[in-house]
Amino acid sequence: MALKMVKGSIDRMFDKNLQDLVRGIRNHKEDEAKYISQCIDEIKQELKQDNIAVKANAVCKLTYLQMLGYDISWAAFNIIEVMSASKFTFKRIGYLAASQCFHEGTDVIMLTTNQIRKDLSSPSQYDTGVALTGLSCFVTPDLARDLANDIMTLMSHTKPYIRKKAVLIMYKVFLKYPESLRPAFPRLKEKLEDPDPGVQSAAVNVICELARRNPKNYLSLAPLFFKLMTSSTNNWVLIKIIKLFGALTPLEPRLGKKLIEPLTNLIHSTSAMSLLYECVNTVIAVLISLSSGMPNHSASIQLCVQKLRILIEDSDQNLKYLGLLAMSKILRTHPKSVQAHKDLVLQCLDDKDESIRLRALDLLYGMVSKKNLMEIVKKLMTHVDKAEGTTYRDELLTKIIDICSQSNYQHITNFEWYISILVELTRLEGTRHGHLIAAQMLDVAIRVKAIRKFAVSQMSALLDSAHLVASSTQRNGICEVLYAAAWICGEFSEHLQEPHQTLEAMLRPKVTTLPGHIQAVYVQNVVKLYASILQQKEQAAETEAAQEVTQLMVERLPQFVQSADLEVQERASCILQLVKHIQKLQAKDVPVAEEVSALFAGELNPVAPKAQKKVPVPEGLDLDAWINEPLSDSESEDEKPKAIFHDEEQRQAKPRQPEADEEELARRREARKQEQANNPFYIKSSPSPQKRYQDAPGVEHIPVVQIDLSVPLKVPGLPMSDQYVKLEEERRHRQRLEKDKRKKKKKEKQARRHSALHTESDEDIAPAQQVDIVTEEMPENALPSDEDDKDPNDPYRALDIDLDKPLADSEKLPVQKHRNAETSKSPEKEDVPVIEKKSKKPKKKEKKHKEKGREKGRKKEKKEKGEDLDFWLSTTPPPATAPAPALATAEPEVNAVISAPKEEREEPKREEQDEEEEVEEQDPEKKPSKHKKKKHRKEQEERSADRKKSKKKQPAGGGAAEPVENGSLDEEPLPPMSSYCLLAENSYIRMTYEVQGSLQEDSRVTVSIVLENQSSSFLKNMELNVLDSLNTKLARPEGSSVHDGVPVPFQLPPGISNEAQFVFTIQSIAMAQKLKGTLTFIAKNDEGSTHEKLDFKLHFSCTSYLITTPCYSDAFAKLLESGDLSMSSIKVDGISMSFQNLLAKICFHHHFSVVERVNSCASMYSRSIQGHHVCLLVKKGEKSVSVDGKCSDSTLLSNLLEEMRATLATC
Amino acid sequence: MGLREPEEIQQQIVRETFHLVLKRDDNICNFLEGGSLIGGSDYKLIYRHYATLYFVFCVDSSESELGILDLIQVFVETLDKCFENVCELDLIFHMDKVHYILQEVVMGGMVLETNMNEIVAQMEAQNRLEKSEGGLSAAPARAVSAVKNINLPEIPRNINIGDLNIKVPNLSQFV
Repeated sequence: MALKMVKGSIDRMFDKNLQDLVRGIRNHKEDEAKYISQCIDEIKQELKQDNIAVKANAVCKLTYLQMLGYDISWAAFNIIEVMSASKFTFKRIGYLAASQCFHEGTDVIMLTTNQIRKDLSSPSQYDTGVALTGLSCFVTPDLARDLANDIMTLMSHTKPYIRKKAVLIMYKVFLKYPESLRPAFPRLKEKLEDPDPGVQSAAVNVICELARRNPKNYLSLAPLFFKLMTSSTNNWVLIKIIKLFGALTPLEPRLGKKLIEPLTNLIHSTSAMSLLYECVNTVIAVLISLSSGMPNHSASIQLCVQKLRILIEDSDQNLKYLGLLAMSKILRTHPKSVQAHKDLVLQCLDDKDESIRLRALDLLYGMVSKKNLMEIVKKLMTHVDKAEGTTYRDELLTKIIDICSQSNYQHITNFEWYISILVELTRLEGTRHGHLIAAQMLDVAIRVKAIRKFAVSQMSALLDSAHLVASSTQRNGICEVLYAAAWICGEFSEHLQEPHQTLEAMLRPKVTTLPGHIQAVYVQNVVKLYASILQQKEQAAETEAAQEVTQLMVERLPQFVQSADLEVQERASCILQLVKHIQKLQAKDVPVAEEVSALFAGELNPVAPKAQKKVPVPEGLDLDAWINEPLSDSESEDEKPKAIFHDEEQRQAKPRQPEADEEELARRREARKQEQANNPFYIKSSPSPQKRYQDAPGVEHIPVVQIDLSVPLKVPGLPMSDQYVKLEEERRHRQRLEKDKRKKKKKEKQARRHSALHTESDEDIAPAQQVDIVTEEMPENALPSDEDDKDPNDPYRALDIDLDKPLADSEKLPVQKHRNAETSKSPEKEDVPVIEKKSKKPKKKEKKHKEKGREKGRKKEKKEKGEDLDFWLSTTPPPATAPAPALATAEPEVNAVISAPKEEREEPKREEQDEEEEVEEQDPEKKPSKHKKKKHRKEQEERSADRKKSKKKQPAGGGAAEPVENGSLDEEPLPPMSSYCLLAENSYIRMTYEVQGSLQEDSRVTVSIVLENQSSSFLKNMELNVLDSLNTKLARPEGSSVHDGVPVPFQLPPGISNEAQFVFTIQSIAMAQKLKGTLTFIAKNDEGSTHEKLDFKLHFSCTSYLITTPCYSDAFAKLLESGDLSMSSIKVDGISMSFQNLLAKICFHHHFSVVERVNSCASMYSRSIQGHHVCLLVKKGEKSVSVDGKCSDSTLLSNLLEEMRATLATC
Repeated sequence: MGLREPEEIQQQIVRETFHLVLKRDDNICNFLEGGSLIGGSDYKLIYRHYATLYFVFCVDSSESELGILDLIQVFVETLDKCFENVCELDLIFHMDKVHYILQEVVMGGMVLETNMNEIVAQMEAQNRLEKSEGGLSAAPARAVSAVKNINLPEIPRNINIGDLNIKVPNLSQFV
């Protein structure tokens, strides 16, 4: 007892913590709600205290209660208080609570902006981390706009932990604030090559997510992703990239060709099932997109299908499921390949796992053909019988109907069979899809004229049987089929065998238990039936019988007149009066049948769902024109300054009218629609599942022939569809025999003509009934257009942004004038790339000039971008894959890049042009630029040097007096095609090479060597070796000595060229280097094989250690001011080349970028792989050029300038 | 997905998800096709079953199904490392910690980190930081909590799964 009291008093002193709360809730099972409300009261007290620790504890408990479903939004302000605590422990609690309960509607969220900004720039990485994590859950458009720039800065944080979070959250920011996408994109792209795998993975993640929604904007990243795919070892990243490629290939078939090989390699090499599966998936996507371009295309499909079969047969249910999923993708384009595995799919229908059964059902939909439809449906029917649970059974039912009715019933050869199936389906108790079956019955009976007789007999049987009427309790239940049955029997009553019996069935008292809308149809069709009976009887002169029928009607109709359903009541009383009138006439012996049937003369034809929309607008009718001029409510019009010239006013006014009224028009259109919707006489065009019908042209041309009597029209009793299967087989067999006979005759007649071997294909199976499928009626001159309507509310549409356009000043992200914006100013800060500077400090004076310059640059860049991709996709040795792979292993980094033999190289080019022409047809707007591009390519084919020149000329075209800010000119390095120079050559082989540094691997360069087999021998066992110098060493495989060579990872058949990459480590980059080396190989031809070798000298110029790095003028100025750079200069005379071309040449050959250019003076910047800044000032005189350089290493600078002198001397 | 679902919907999602996975045998596949409840046909439920616990992720078609299964394994192994032999009670009494760990794996509905060592290292660093600040519940509170435990009925060892709510935090944000 005493203890309890002590506990009570301590309780008041020390609050419950989370564990106590959880324990308490578990101990109050029976009055949990009461206990929790008591706890919430305590929490409210705690939140009132000043102590932040108490508050944090309270918020922690609230987060738990939120998880249990309690609303805690009332504590939002307290949560913010805890978020702004200085201690990490509390801050984390606050942010967790916020991430669980804040949303766009939380009003206090706007108070968090500054707190979050403060946390983002906190010196503790974990403060920043929790802020980012929290923000990712509750970011609003306002927060996104205000914090985008801060987050973007964090993308270059020194800590990878922050970088990866910042990169990832950018996706959320883009979604909420799409304007941030373009400014942030360059940096995001840069993070794809981040040295930290986590950051890289995050960047891949974000770009994949973006690209999934708008793939076309990301096609230009394909080379980069391709490189990542061949170099990354992170399966997670690989999966993402491979999935991304799956989305890109449909847009660019050439990409697919390039992908097939690395993907197949991965399939063979990976042990990770997840990766293998995604590879197979993307290969499928590629094969689908290529459709026919590949020679062994169908073989590849077969391979995929085989692989998937293995998955499906696996005992692991997950693999089985995924195998089926992927199979359905192949099915869409290559149904035949999948159909071969029908057995497997049918087997999966028996699986105990519903997910798998559903997948298998999906597959079946695409697998049916004329040949196997009956068999498959039969199988499904047995499943219907034994299915437990109505959900799966209903799923089966809809699938059967989908399968049979797909593509305008194209697989159905025997509609009697189909009707029987539908009738059999009516025996399902408790299904929700009665209306579906009914719709099918109606559709078939109306559109397949030949089947009406049979359908009517079946429907009358349905009306007769009592079980359907009994099940009328359920809405949409199976009794819905009576709706169809009654209508069919009434409408086509002339086909009825025993109309009188049917009439009685329809007038049974039990019918009144049916739902109103069915009864209404009953009443209406009873009259139709009655009319036809009258006619029959009168023709047979059985007046007695005719009067009996009338009497029956008069007796039974009153039961409908009493109906509670208005529609039924109205129709019934109306008809009752009519019948009574007829009775009177009959009593006077007046023949009435003619007149009664006249009530229902004429045939109802189905109308296409879009018919209304397709009525062409008659000539001279302008729907948008005013019928009565609207009353001008235009004060604004009065305010308009009066134009001086009369006709000008007119010209202005005319185009203006519709523009100004657009909103008004939309409003009126909406109002009109509303009106139409409320107008019962206006036929609405509603989307219907049957719109496919009009895609099948020429059905009406199918000749209407008498029904083939090989199938008995009447099957005794309710037909079992199974009988049809048997009959069908017999029929087909007979058909085949007949055909063969005919063929024989033919053969005798025309002995010369070879007839193809006869196999029963789909097309050979003639339908049992030649059916006339009545097409839905369309207005005359219907417009064939099919506008696809995109959902304007798609949130991802806002992110459909062209990322290749250079940034405009207006697009910069809003920046808080704040200390942390300043930190990233000078290029000395390694982690902050200079790219972003431009957006931060626009120079207002230059704005106009820049705008002009950009306009020019934009055109050029667009072209270059497209060209780069084209270039990469073409099968010549791609420079885009040349940079060093990002692998940081000690192994020799030797990458092989595929390239096709010379003969083949011609072909893809032609193809490319063809493709381009296609593209042109699609969007005529782009035509002019495309034409230019094509011309361009021709040049490229001629000579690479020419190509370069033409490129340089373009920017020269527009007056050189304007200062050109960089970015537009140099963001995209010129394709380094001609930077490959000859290494060595003999009769067997020709080697060209290129040296490239990479920023990520300092002191390493990659030498890409293109080996071209010039002989008719097969070259193999190629090995490359160099004599290492003290300074420069070839990276060799681990464990091999310095004298060992590095094997080239491929062999060269005659005429083939391929590229290999070798990595060298460099100690000092200040001096140019030369390394002697040898390539040894075995040349094998018909006469035998010989050992051959080829000596070469690898030249590492100082230039090859430079990396084109963009730099902005303010950063450049700072760099020069800093004063720790040494200076040197050269002057070259006798220059004839234009300044523009000169600059382009320096940029291209020496890896510089233009910072700023005024008249004939330009500043340029580059950076070495070891981080030296190199600044140049290039001035052009009359016939000379002087280059002043500044660099942190004087030796490097003077060597660079000497190399430059050599280049300039050739100008 | 735009708005965060209100609490009732969250509860409904958790409840229905739980019922869906509960009735599935162990030897059938670990994927469930999305209904209208979780955002339509682009979404799937992918789950793993450990003794009495279900870990359910809801993902859209940009994720690899098998990849997510691996990720769940990573998450559970991480829990195991962070709690040192994790058991149900750890998760029940330290839901906040579970959230913190999850936040290192998944951030705002996107996969953040798949490397377990990295996740554990970051968690440990944060725990150290918390410890250096003295933690949320200082020593005296612990002592009290020990006193309070004295006359509580014994904590049940085996907990019926029925009253355990494994939450998928912010399910709807799993874009």
